[in-house]
Amino acid sequence: MIALLGIAVVVVGFLVRINPLLVIAAAVLATGWAAGFDLVHTLSVFGHAFNENRYVSIVFLVLPVIGLLEREGLQERARSLIASLRGATVGRLLLIYMLFRQAVSAIGLAGAVGGHAQVVRPLLAPMAEAAAEKDGPLTPEKRNTVRAFSASVDNIGAFFGEDVFLAMSSVLLIKGFLEQNHIIVQPLSISLWSIPTAIAAALIHGARLWRMERKLRNQPSPPSGGEARVRGR
Amino acid sequence: MITLNHIYILMGALFAGVAMLSALDRANRKRFGNAIFWALFALSFLAGSHLSDFENGVLVLALVIVGGFNFLGRTAPATTTPDQRRERAQHYGNGLFAVALVIPFVALAGTLLLKGSGLVDSNQVTLIWLGIGVIIALAVSYAWFQPPALAPFQEARRLSDTIGWAMLLPQLLASLGAVFAAGGVGREVGVIATHYLPLGTPFAAVAAYCIGMALFTIIMGNAFAAFPVMTAAIGLPLVVGQFHGDVTVMAALGMLAGYCGTLATPMAANFNIVPAALLELPDYAVIRAQIPTAIPLLVVNILLMYFLAFRF
Repeated sequence: MIALLGIAVVVVGFLVRINPLLVIAAAVLATGWAAGFDLVHTLSVFGHAFNENRYVSIVFLVLPVIGLLEREGLQERARSLIASLRGATVGRLLLIYMLFRQAVSAIGLAGAVGGHAQVVRPLLAPMAEAAAEKDGPLTPEKRNTVRAFSASVDNIGAFFGEDVFLAMSSVLLIKGFLEQNHIIVQPLSISLWSIPTAIAAALIHGARLWRMERKLRNQPSPPSGGEARVRGR
Repeated sequence: MITLNHIYILMGALFAGVAMLSALDRANRKRFGNAIFWALFALSFLAGSHLSDFENGVLVLALVIVGGFNFLGRTAPATTTPDQRRERAQHYGNGLFAVALVIPFVALAGTLLLKGSGLVDSNQVTLIWLGIGVIIALAVSYAWFQPPALAPFQEARRLSDTIGWAMLLPQLLASLGAVFAAGGVGREVGVIATHYLPLGTPFAAVAAYCIGMALFTIIMGNAFAAFPVMTAAIGLPLVVGQFHGDVTVMAALGMLAGYCGTLATPMAANFNIVPAALLELPDYAVIRAQIPTAIPLLVVNILLMYFLAFRF
């Protein structure tokens, strides 16, 4: 039971909204203590894992390019492009992007096409806002809703598309784990059984996008829209 | 051959630049906090492989202290005004999209076309081509926009400071997972799950397995960490062993049940917290937009497993 001390620290830490970095560090120390490691050993395990996981942060390498493009007006261009397309509503735009992301992930390219830093911030979110603004200015709350849904379609498209791809790491993890337990399965059959859930994900989130759009349209906006609320820290 | 190490050096150089510009930013009262934070981050990429595990641990702890105790200031690096941006958007036109597509295009083409070429390390193909794409996109941007020489670093600093300490979260949470594994946390959760849950019918076993996957993923932030634990505890012995469910259906849908948990947890920071920071939203705004999809999808997944696993 005491091995779970670290989990308790994480749950409590996130619930009372302590800075997540501190929560994680505390959970590491608690887990090490519960497992009977000394401090040096705990920090070594942590440090080793941090170093091995540096590839997780590689996506931030795109920031100078995205920043430069924003400097030269990329977001504004994305807005005016959508504003000029007559049929482009916010729900349709996000639905199409989600299906595109699912399709791309299903052929194993989730890492190459899409992502929050590469696509959502510089392109998708400004486009979605511009599409929503066709029905009048957005309140800060509505703008936040549009942005949050823009991030959600990137996640849902990738999660419920990638398992359809044979060589995806999750499929290989399943295969590898079952093999350790002396069960041989074909990656293809794992992929096939992932398809019904992929369809369900597209239907459920698609329906919510449609409802979100209706709600945005039906709730009256004040005459002038404000800028999005600055995020508190 | 180009390996991940070259990309790490690139990453280190970028954030060393960001750190230096941070230190020179007199408008930021906490400029040395920002400078130290990004310098340590850069150091990890430049020298991490040469440091001992313990030294890396101390480095992480230092990052946590600077980032966690509010030593980072808000900054406003020099960039263009909204009016200038509208003007330039008009001037450059849709060619801006072409530059934005350089990175995915290079990542895609490199991954697909140059697979067996030996040009890059085959284990990390996409990440390496992503890095190469960044260099090409930067070269194109310099040639076309002719920005001030330091503009890419200033712009990277603008976005990095927008994300702030959240940038460290994904890597840190992955490391926490490793510490949990070393401390035997997964084993313990499996023991508890099998001891305290009513698992007498096929439906109960399927529901417990799927909900367990989602909940454990919420705690760990990663379905990959939950899968071996819950599958060894409930999936294999009960759904497959006792009730003779199909192992492939169980495994495939079990992993997807875990993804429903990923949609709902701040522990999956790269999917849920980093984008909130990037889009300047409240921390949990993305999670709030996803939970109403995650719950019905989990139910669908349980029903699918129940109706499919015992039929095939």
